[in-house]
Amino acid sequence: MGTLASTLALTACATTGSVNASTDNSDSDDEAPRFAAMTPEEGPFASTYSRYPGRPTALVGATVFDGAGGRLEGGTVLFRDGEVVAIGGSDLSTEGYDVFDASGKFVTPGIIDIHSHLGDYPTPSVDAHNDGNEATSPTTPEVWAEHSVWPQDPGFSRALANGGITSLQILPGSANLMGGRSVTLKNVPSRTVQGMKFPGAPYGFKMACGENPKRVYGGRGRAPSTRMGNFAVNRQTWFDAIDYANNDSADRDLGMETLVGVLEGDILVHNHCYRADEMALVMDMAKEMGYRVTAFHHAVEAYKIGDLLRENGVCSAIWADWYGFKMEAYDGILENAALLQQAGACVVIHSDSENDIQRLNQEAAKAQAAGLRLGIDLSDADVISWITLNAAKAMGIDDMTGSLEPGKMADVVLWNGDPLSVYSRPERVWVDGALLYDANDRSRRPVSDFELGQPGEGDVK
Amino acid sequence: MKRLLTLAASAIALSAVPAAAQDVAITNATVALGDGSEPIKNATVIVRDGKVVAAGADITTPADIPAIDANDAWVTPGLFATVTTFGLSDVGAVSQSNDTRAGGSPFSAALNTAPIVNPNSQHILIHRAAGITRAATSTMPSGSIFAGQGAIIDLDGDSNPVMRERAFQMVHLGEGGARLSGGSRASAHVLFRAALREAQALSGARGTPQTTEISGGDDVLLGRFDAEALVPVVTGQQPLYVAVERASDIRAVLAMREDFPRLDMVLIGAGEGWLVADSIAAAGVPVIADALDDLPESFEVLAATQSNIGRMVHAGVQVAISANSGNNPRNMSQAAGNLVALNRIPGAAGLSWGQAFAAVSSVPAAISGYDGKAGVLTPGAMGDVVIWDGDPLEVGSVPTMVFISGVEQSLESHQSRLRERYRDLDESNLPKAYDW
Repeated sequence: MGTLASTLALTACATTGSVNASTDNSDSDDEAPRFAAMTPEEGPFASTYSRYPGRPTALVGATVFDGAGGRLEGGTVLFRDGEVVAIGGSDLSTEGYDVFDASGKFVTPGIIDIHSHLGDYPTPSVDAHNDGNEATSPTTPEVWAEHSVWPQDPGFSRALANGGITSLQILPGSANLMGGRSVTLKNVPSRTVQGMKFPGAPYGFKMACGENPKRVYGGRGRAPSTRMGNFAVNRQTWFDAIDYANNDSADRDLGMETLVGVLEGDILVHNHCYRADEMALVMDMAKEMGYRVTAFHHAVEAYKIGDLLRENGVCSAIWADWYGFKMEAYDGILENAALLQQAGACVVIHSDSENDIQRLNQEAAKAQAAGLRLGIDLSDADVISWITLNAAKAMGIDDMTGSLEPGKMADVVLWNGDPLSVYSRPERVWVDGALLYDANDRSRRPVSDFELGQPGEGDVK
Repeated sequence: MKRLLTLAASAIALSAVPAAAQDVAITNATVALGDGSEPIKNATVIVRDGKVVAAGADITTPADIPAIDANDAWVTPGLFATVTTFGLSDVGAVSQSNDTRAGGSPFSAALNTAPIVNPNSQHILIHRAAGITRAATSTMPSGSIFAGQGAIIDLDGDSNPVMRERAFQMVHLGEGGARLSGGSRASAHVLFRAALREAQALSGARGTPQTTEISGGDDVLLGRFDAEALVPVVTGQQPLYVAVERASDIRAVLAMREDFPRLDMVLIGAGEGWLVADSIAAAGVPVIADALDDLPESFEVLAATQSNIGRMVHAGVQVAISANSGNNPRNMSQAAGNLVALNRIPGAAGLSWGQAFAAVSSVPAAISGYDGKAGVLTPGAMGDVVIWDGDPLEVGSVPTMVFISGVEQSLESHQSRLRERYRDLDESNLPKAYDW
């Protein structure tokens, strides 16, 4: 395999000329260089995840939220061989499936958290585990979050068991204007991060505006120390990336490769940004440079510019009710999500927290209730899409997961009650059709290496 | 029409004149008394002269009291939040506005929260609108293991928020205390015992007072004023809130009562409390615990589980749900609801609805010195009554009316004003700045 990969690498280099081998004075253009790394296109650190075995399963009689805005009472959900086969009414044949009576219970797609630091800020939260911010330069597009992810973070298991999380995006922190690449994971216990990487998921790129970068670097007497400095550093870096992209003979540059990936639309921009006015400036910067912002994260003031966000097709990944902990979060209100939905803009509820990731369903319900009080019509099924299909869309994985549609991954949560109620919990969670959590079966409860032999090992958490 | 409504609302928000207590009867309600009992259907709550005079079923409404038909809505006592920093900061990360930590101060135990509480703080307005009517508030350990003396406050926004000053002292004896006292729990224990011995001497009970100044580097860890402030602690007149998480640390703290038998202790945190629940129960020491911590955030909470509170309560420990159980204190009712949900998870230990509600109302009130006076709807209790738009432990439920000592409260805040301004994004006639 290794040999094959290197061979492919050599071929790719020779044909694209993207690696700067010293061929200028070479007699023969097709002479292969002596050494060559894999190209970006070959995908180093590739996913090694493959689904675990699962039984053909029929969930019968449940209230089903399909994640795409649909709701079905007394529904049947069929999945086998890792894929959703069908959803429908009681007339669906369950022959050949293990039939589970889900009457009185609820079924949703696996919950997706678009903003997590599990693994790169794992618990225990000791200094040795602070792997989320490469805070040595305001722009570090060259770093990849996956190289910081500790797969033994106990937080993954809590997110699975209490939150029904089946996919999540791990982002670098927000100390830097350009924090690096994110990685999208399936929430499957693994010895390696490669064993968690979501096959086929695009990379994301973490950016941050506002207080954090200017505080971190201004505090060191270097740029940026102001919001205008933030933009100046960003824009110059994008100019450099455009130059790099236009220069076939430039030396390979890890950071520039990521920025070019953004310019080409292959890498999705996830921009930490709180204030409405700054989001509007960032969208103009993206137009100036020719890239797209996929989602603003945290976006506590997104409700002030729902129209702009709709027109630009940018999602807002937000909390339900965080506010006031920093100056740029001062205007956070409970109605943010509902007002965005009213404006026709895309809403995703995110956690940014190893605790709240266990309750994204409850966060969504809080945001829904605030909207209903304003008279904004928000169906339960629409609200479930905030933590399933909308998140999947903004992560570029919606053709594979995020809704219960035939052919999609069988990422499924069976809830013991209405998932928009505080009184409900996941009863079973399947990832690609494999049962990875069962509240009624202790043997289906993952325990990380870190917790073995510790007080509380294997406890309900 | 919208403009008129908004004007009326802001008039309430800006009114600085304290309103008089109203006599009120709330009928046809689902009433949670807050005492641990389950909700009562078709019940009535009567408040007269700012106090509860009756609550429950089969209560006749006096003819001379104006009645509010709750139309089946939930009615509860006001929630009681402990321990908060209400009134001590405007924005956490804006240091100029934040008085919660005095890391550069030469004082620690002597710090007194009462005179610095700002009743106009947005956090107070926002949390009052979430049904919290009273709270413990305190500076936090920062320069030394001692945090200072906290206050009990009401959230009615009048000029006098403090119900009781110097209501409790707080000390950190876990990992954080170890860092503050020089890098080891051993140092924290020496500092703590030395401080209490000096306070004992100052009280005249035992020993001779020394001129205390324990310093580490440039930091004064304990000065004379701090030692004097600990006199009511060592004599048991002022409760001592001990922040501690690890099972072995809890045992060590409980054992200190052998040397200082009059300490009136409350444990804060107790993330591994369930491992020593019987010892805590036997000591009769109440606990203020985070409800939903279930991760080994540090090596002192390796055994953290959401079943911690349920297991301690089942062992006979009096436990309040900490106001810090969520991202902000208004989420403590959500935390309580989550503990009810645990009852349906095999192997987990949850609370009944009544127990869970009590853990955010009467239990924290009792720990704060207001047993039977706050957080409950029993005759003679303060007339703090909340009418909700749904089950108060359900996510998304909010109050529709809040009374504190019989006075109806404004539910307006910076947040509600923003909500009204941005109901729509129409600026066709004038910019948003004119919409207020």
